[in-house]
Amino acid sequence: MAHAYTPGLRVTRHTTLQRDRRLPMKGKVLVAQGDTVRRDQVVARTELPGNVTTVNIVNRLGITAEELPSFMLVGEGDQVTKGQPIAETRPFIKWFKSTVEADIDGTVESISPVTGQVMLREAPLPVEVPAYVDGSVVDVIEDEGVVVETNGAFVQGIFGVGGESWGPLHMISDGPGQALDPAQLDDTCAGRIVVATGLVSHAAIEKARQVGAVGVIGGGIRDSDLRQLLGYDLGVAITGTEDIGLTVIVTEGFGEISMAGRTFDILKDCHGLEASVSGATQIRAGVQRPEIIVPVPEGQPIPEDEVAGSQGEGMQEGDALRVIRAPYFGHIGKVASLTADLQAVESGARVRVLEVEFEDGQKAIVPRANVELIEE
Amino acid sequence: MDKLDVVIATDCGSTTTKAILIERQGDVYRQTFRGEAPTTVEAPFEDVTRGVLNAIQEVEELSGRQILDGETIITPAEGDRGVDIYISTSSAGGGLQMMVAGVIQSMTAESAQRCALGAGAIVMDVLASNDGRLPHQKIERIRHLRPDMVLLSGGTDGGTVSHVVEMAEFVSAADPRPRFGAGFELPVIFAGNQDARPEVERVLGEKTALHLSENIRPVLERENLGPARHVIHDLFLEHVMAQAPGYRKLMSWTGAPIMPTPAAVGQIMQTIARQQDINVLGVDIGGATTDVFSVFNVIADDGSASEPVFNRTVSANLGMSYSISNVLAEATMDNVVRWIPFEIDEADLRDRIKNKMIRPTTIPHMLEELQIEHGVAREALRLALVQHKDLAVGLKGVQTERTLSDVFDQSATGESLIDMMRLDLLVGSGGVLSHAPARVQAAAMMVDAFQPEGVTQLAVDSIFMMPHLGVLSAVDERAATDVFERDCIIYLGTCVAPVGKGKPGEVCATWELSGGDAAQSGDIRVGVLEQVALEEGYEGQVAVHPAKGWDAGGGPGQEVQRPVRGGVAGLLLDGRGRPLEMSSDAGERRTQLTQWNQALGLYGSGSGEEA
Repeated sequence: MAHAYTPGLRVTRHTTLQRDRRLPMKGKVLVAQGDTVRRDQVVARTELPGNVTTVNIVNRLGITAEELPSFMLVGEGDQVTKGQPIAETRPFIKWFKSTVEADIDGTVESISPVTGQVMLREAPLPVEVPAYVDGSVVDVIEDEGVVVETNGAFVQGIFGVGGESWGPLHMISDGPGQALDPAQLDDTCAGRIVVATGLVSHAAIEKARQVGAVGVIGGGIRDSDLRQLLGYDLGVAITGTEDIGLTVIVTEGFGEISMAGRTFDILKDCHGLEASVSGATQIRAGVQRPEIIVPVPEGQPIPEDEVAGSQGEGMQEGDALRVIRAPYFGHIGKVASLTADLQAVESGARVRVLEVEFEDGQKAIVPRANVELIEE
Repeated sequence: MDKLDVVIATDCGSTTTKAILIERQGDVYRQTFRGEAPTTVEAPFEDVTRGVLNAIQEVEELSGRQILDGETIITPAEGDRGVDIYISTSSAGGGLQMMVAGVIQSMTAESAQRCALGAGAIVMDVLASNDGRLPHQKIERIRHLRPDMVLLSGGTDGGTVSHVVEMAEFVSAADPRPRFGAGFELPVIFAGNQDARPEVERVLGEKTALHLSENIRPVLERENLGPARHVIHDLFLEHVMAQAPGYRKLMSWTGAPIMPTPAAVGQIMQTIARQQDINVLGVDIGGATTDVFSVFNVIADDGSASEPVFNRTVSANLGMSYSISNVLAEATMDNVVRWIPFEIDEADLRDRIKNKMIRPTTIPHMLEELQIEHGVAREALRLALVQHKDLAVGLKGVQTERTLSDVFDQSATGESLIDMMRLDLLVGSGGVLSHAPARVQAAAMMVDAFQPEGVTQLAVDSIFMMPHLGVLSAVDERAATDVFERDCIIYLGTCVAPVGKGKPGEVCATWELSGGDAAQSGDIRVGVLEQVALEEGYEGQVAVHPAKGWDAGGGPGQEVQRPVRGGVAGLLLDGRGRPLEMSSDAGERRTQLTQWNQALGLYGSGSGEEA
């Protein structure tokens, strides 16, 4: 391949973004192309078929499966309400009558003379998709959803948990590398997305949740804290559906690690602005990273998009980068030189390397696979 | 086909499409050039053929042979232009994902699972009448999975129909939808009690694309997986492949049906095991999953060996990058740490492993990091083998028959077919094994994780060529085996591991090598791992004389003679016992590890603590 694979996370003050807002199955789209939408506005709606429960009438009435249809009081497709008799025996003496009642409100899905099973389906469950970001509808996918376009700051994190939420950004740190102290969180954080530039601990996240914050953003998180937060050891990085009451995003990784200076600068400048965040992370095919989107506030001029540096052209000398593996994990620097030849590193592996110059002027050789460009 | 001189083969993986060129050179076939390119199933390309063309172009550039005329593969070959056939395998887009269901968990449901796995599928869930879940939980589960297809089995022919019809009713109530193609009906294969066919058709005929196949368990004591596997392959091509972006075009290019990658690997392993009359175990450890393949003869009570039986399992969440964190969760911290020859803070280790998970393309820069990854790999391999042994149990393919009384003699799921003492060849592939900085590290990982017993040859698939050769073996078996022996497999050496109990330092066996120029002999001592250099290409015989109470494959105290091959690991004399014994004291264990590492020269002189 022509270029080393150099994954990069986007961190930009201004860009144009589109987000697909689709239903899990076909339904109704509630907005039209060109409409302006708010983050909490429902743009599409559908109904999922209700849950199914089974009633073993054969056992309860002491009859055979073949006899079942003749004991049924309702037919397939009929509506039933909870407590309504749906099958009964007809003995000579009324006292001996046995009745089976519906245990839910719903419809009769099927009556099987083979298995003796009767299935009842609950009422459909409504599913709604919100716009998620303030913007305008640029495309309508018939019966499925819309594409919402917005302009604003965009920061991709490396890992997150929890789904989508929105609220004003609330920068707590005044410089890089500051851990989130629970004492810094009070009722003024309610409904907000709090941002710190260092470690976010379980105690800090817990406090944020207590005071009603809708999101927590930090530089790093310890795996032991994540385990406490989730209640289990996360095995595979597919997240976004955790029911933890808020969204958590880290921009750099696991452990005590400082948010990159540029990320801090952008988020600091967005302090107080409405942001939409998603913790959903998926590392396998179709990589999805957590994100922070801060749309340009209504009425303000929309600036030109920042031009991506060498994005898409592979790595070049002078490009800003972050080392993403020991021994320089988390260090920020720039590409000092690139060599084509394979070189042996301490582990014994012969790999493509580059020379990196760190912010303090020190230089080091690192495998190309262990750096990521900081894309603008 | 008239002639087969030049073959181009591709394997469309989920991230990379690999192309290899195979050419006839005199009397033998050799793999001559290879190229690779990113797979292009997903946006922005959404056409798998782009990646295939890019990979083939790289082969063209390296070989100087013109293979493409625009976007057409030139066939047949004439001089240095064109190829005689193009063949391909695919696991792109997540491979073939199936849900299987049966009536009894340890019987028809397990047969259905083996059937789907052997056909190259990832089994998303196994449902059974007696799996402990309530009906609504089963329905909920079926609805939430979006498989490519469902295999429904249950009941022996002529037996009761109600249970299998009940499972069909659950599937119907769930109204599952296929992963690809919103408007398509989900393919469902019914391979259960033939008497239940009318009822199953009534329940599922309108809601799903129902296909009927022979019962995979026509009678209790016989499995019949072949016909249903063929239906799975046909549906894979018709439904799954045809829905994936660009595959219709790709299918029109190939000279033989496209195979799911794991099915092709199984094919070549079965071919090799049959031709050489050996028992083979193969493992492919990837970033997300680990596949284990085995081909073992079944020994009947009278001592005769049956036709070899093929089994495959996929451990969906055991891998070295995307799933590395799950290896730690499943194996537990203690089991991972036991392979690390230096002290490490557990919280730090957790963070390092999570960082690998979220940045899966990074590689170990420091020696310590490499040793940590190799420790995790040992556990991933160990767990994958445990899962394989659990599923590769008695009552396998069509040819395996036992009497009903045998069934009741054994535990509910039969005995494992995987007998490490009878294993002849252990083949590893996948990044951490194929690209270990020193190949002897791959040998050590396989020996520590799989703990082969007796005399076992070790090898790695250098560039994961087995999928290509699997599909080639369906076209020309000789071409496939030529390349397998000459270019695919790199022999690492041979492990000799007697099994028994003894005091550390005692002699548990003696050995003598004969063949080639070397004629050597020596002892194997309890608790000691040693290496005797045997150069690559060496072929000879080893005679092992185990001490009283020790077994090297011939029974306690009995001498065995086995073929030996050389390689970077040479002859590995493993007196550490089975199961491998490690000290419970952390310091002593690190000393042990360091001694073993130094005996094989695994990590240079600076490996681990000073002994």
